[in-house]
Amino acid sequence: MDFFIQLLVNGVSIGFLYGLAAMGFVMIFKSSSVLNFAHGELMALGAFIFLVMIGWAGLPVYLAFPLALVGCFALGFVVERIFLRPLIGEPLIYVIMLTVGLASMFKGVMLFIWGGNLYTFPDFLPAGLAIQWRSINIPPVYVMSIAIGITFLILFGLFFKYSSQGIYMRSVADNQPAALSLGVHVRKVFALSWAIAALVAGMSGIVLGIINGINVHDLSSIGLKVFPVVILGGLDSIGGAVIGGIIIGLLETFTGGYLSTSLRDVIPYMALVFILMVKPYGLFGLVEIERV
Amino acid sequence: MRKLHFHPCGNFNERYEQELTIFETDFGRASLLIGLFILFAVVPYISGPYLLYIFNMIAITSIAAIGLNILTGFTGQLSLGHGAFIGVGAYAAAILSTKAGFPFILAVPAAGLITALVGILFGLPSGRLKGLYLTIATLAGQFIIEYLLIHWESLTEGTMGIVLPGTSIFGIALDSDRSFFYIAFISLIIMTLLAVNIMRTRYGRAFIAIRDNDRAAEGMGIPIFPYKLLSFGISSFYAGIAGALMAYYMISITTEPFNLGLSVEYIAMIIIGGLGSVAGAIYGAIFITGLNEGLRWLTDILMGIDILSSIGISMAPLREFAFGTAIVLFILLEPRGLAEVWRIIRSNFRLWPFSY
Repeated sequence: MDFFIQLLVNGVSIGFLYGLAAMGFVMIFKSSSVLNFAHGELMALGAFIFLVMIGWAGLPVYLAFPLALVGCFALGFVVERIFLRPLIGEPLIYVIMLTVGLASMFKGVMLFIWGGNLYTFPDFLPAGLAIQWRSINIPPVYVMSIAIGITFLILFGLFFKYSSQGIYMRSVADNQPAALSLGVHVRKVFALSWAIAALVAGMSGIVLGIINGINVHDLSSIGLKVFPVVILGGLDSIGGAVIGGIIIGLLETFTGGYLSTSLRDVIPYMALVFILMVKPYGLFGLVEIERV
Repeated sequence: MRKLHFHPCGNFNERYEQELTIFETDFGRASLLIGLFILFAVVPYISGPYLLYIFNMIAITSIAAIGLNILTGFTGQLSLGHGAFIGVGAYAAAILSTKAGFPFILAVPAAGLITALVGILFGLPSGRLKGLYLTIATLAGQFIIEYLLIHWESLTEGTMGIVLPGTSIFGIALDSDRSFFYIAFISLIIMTLLAVNIMRTRYGRAFIAIRDNDRAAEGMGIPIFPYKLLSFGISSFYAGIAGALMAYYMISITTEPFNLGLSVEYIAMIIIGGLGSVAGAIYGAIFITGLNEGLRWLTDILMGIDILSSIGISMAPLREFAFGTAIVLFILLEPRGLAEVWRIIRSNFRLWPFSY
């Protein structure tokens, strides 16, 4: 029973991380309906920026973390400006193939600079964050990831519901020409959504890096694991991303715990095929109704 | 003798048959025949084993790239699982020839058919949805197939890989690069002809209609789902044939090469070559195979320099970076690829000096 509960707790914690990673992905999809295949690489870039800040520049954590996030935000702007802006109005398939290209480009750069080695952050989280209850043990970093996940979930919920920028983003996603004709600054919306998405991606990369250490290959494979998560939760639902993340995280840890460890990495994709067959718009996704 | 056709200075087509011709001019037909003659009668005898190896790889990758271009370039569905489907073809051929004793001439088409079936199986989930869900389903396919190839050990020998027996076709042993050269290029010609002609039939035109506007296509009476599956099946068939040829050429196969990186490599090929062009897929295959060999040569040179070899430049990041950059640059600067560049060069010559 304790094993079961420990698996449950692990699953939920890992699931929160997946949810966190998926949030940035949903951000981009919500505002531009682009599937971003470079998401894992953005996460890894964020983690490496943080690594440079605390390792090479020797900044204290409370300074390095916000600076790394600012760096990611700027990176998102730059990526959008150089690579995505020229493709506004082009067929979506080109944009998606561009993100596939960006993914290998970033990966190449990171492998070139840092190699395929595993880097770890110095341990800086206070041990007091850990939760110990009977035989169940939640390490501090998971507590932090859950806290960050919930904070951002609320922030994004409010952002899309009440702020004018959030409403612009939703309108652009819904119908780009109509939004343009109503005076929404589509280019600004795209730039902002990529910047925010890069920020969220970088943050989840940092959190994942604290847990597992950072390695280009691992983080980019987690970037692809975002797909089962968002398909399950619904491609355009941020709350769905978190819940989808938790379900996929649980599925993974239980498969790893009870069935086999090698099946662990592939089970999310099996679930993905199943979801596409049974409930293609996911749990909370908006069902598209086409009128011709 | 009928009148020879030369390039007109504009589009003077009057009938649909003229639009559908493969060769616009007799000059094109003649130059192709001359090119094929040189390819088969001269090239294998003047090039060394290394050059022949490159030619064979180009032929095999071209077949797979044409397949991906049918799906992505003509039907507008991006696939991230092409590498895995090539793997399915390779393993199908290897298993059929080692365990069931199929001869080469049967094993290759059979591998193609098996891969087509597997492809259709993974295409099914996308059926309920329009848009780019097939991309996500193929991503899942990539990982699931990779897992099965490694872990279904009773069939695939797992990470050990399979060694194929030496094979022959019509009594000619396929043991040298040169004999394989003929097989690879004859297969390429057959598959190219097939692809060009599929695109002229109602099926090919339906694919293009689905790519351009799926709602309009549905309104014109094209059932989208069966046609998408068909396109996916054809694309996987090509991947299977290429994989089977690869297995026979490489003799021993492991699961390692058929990863997501290979799928991305094929996407790079068709973007660089030109989406929606059969010739473009071949240009792309030539470009990427050349780039691969060029990078290998470059890393060898860089490793020779003392200062750089201490840093330890390896092939993998350079390759990743080069492919990514090539994809990004072509999409941003020439989204229709080398096929379009070639067309522009040709029409500049044709229309000179009044090229406007």
